[in-house]
Amino acid sequence: MIKIDLRLFVTLSGYLPENNESLEIHGDTTVEKLIMNLGIPDELVKLIFINGKRRDRAYLLKDGDRVGLFPPVGGG
Amino acid sequence: MEVSKFKERYDRNFNTFSPEEQKKLGASSVVIIGLGGLGGGVCEMLARVGIGRLILVDGDVFEVSNLNRQVLSEERLIGVPKAEAARDRVKSINSGIEVIHRIEFLGEKNLYEQIKGSDVVMDCLDSIDTRFKLQDAAKKASIPIVSGAIAGVTGQVTTIFPEDKGYSLIYGEKSRKQIQGVETKTGNIAYCALFTAALQSSECVKILLNRGDLLRNKLLIAELWTNIFEVMDLV
Repeated sequence: MIKIDLRLFVTLSGYLPENNESLEIHGDTTVEKLIMNLGIPDELVKLIFINGKRRDRAYLLKDGDRVGLFPPVGGG
Repeated sequence: MEVSKFKERYDRNFNTFSPEEQKKLGASSVVIIGLGGLGGGVCEMLARVGIGRLILVDGDVFEVSNLNRQVLSEERLIGVPKAEAARDRVKSINSGIEVIHRIEFLGEKNLYEQIKGSDVVMDCLDSIDTRFKLQDAAKKASIPIVSGAIAGVTGQVTTIFPEDKGYSLIYGEKSRKQIQGVETKTGNIAYCALFTAALQSSECVKILLNRGDLLRNKLLIAELWTNIFEVMDLV
């Protein structure tokens, strides 16, 4: 098991699990799998940041990663 | 403007800006696309900062539902074109600014015409699809874009130069399917709109003065419920 710091933004925040700042997950979890495990509809996630860098869904999560997921924000 | 008036008007801009930099802003031309929550704030701040020429574009008129956040909206202006209200506001702040206002909705055809000849494009639009079209037009015209977007109390800002990938890094590759922003569910809150507009205005000044650090290939994200302010690397 590894621990990640998970932040879900805007409308995704409703899917935030407890202990999100120190969330235990399996060591073989990709971002895609994490999104699925959280029950977030796939099309809602537009941007993935790991430790402040944009990444894609295939990224394999590592212990201590800071993970931020964003929906599309386009208002003016 | 005569020298004494110039010094007095911009007295409190000095010496954050040098007199030479202030003159440079006065010789600059900025086009603001969209005059809602973001564009109204940008319009106000760029007028006060001393941009010499502002082109203000929006096809909409004010509605009652704009009053919660759009700084140019007033009860007496319901039904009035936003571009007209923006022009009047700028002129009331600084009659020396050259203002061109255009009451037009934006399509692929007229976007290039609206922005060409400007030094910076301020993207204050409320549609992700139109943002992609604006980016195409700005690439063609070789003009940098400062983009702001908001939903609820979350704001994001980035700066896109013509050679940059830009919106595909934020919204994914342009697809036929329309991308619906989550602001349709969250609405937009006044302080988030104006906060994001302030960051956009700052980026615009930095581009014009070739000074400071730009949010190029970066996305500044602000989330005001949890006080997250972070600059993310897009590449």
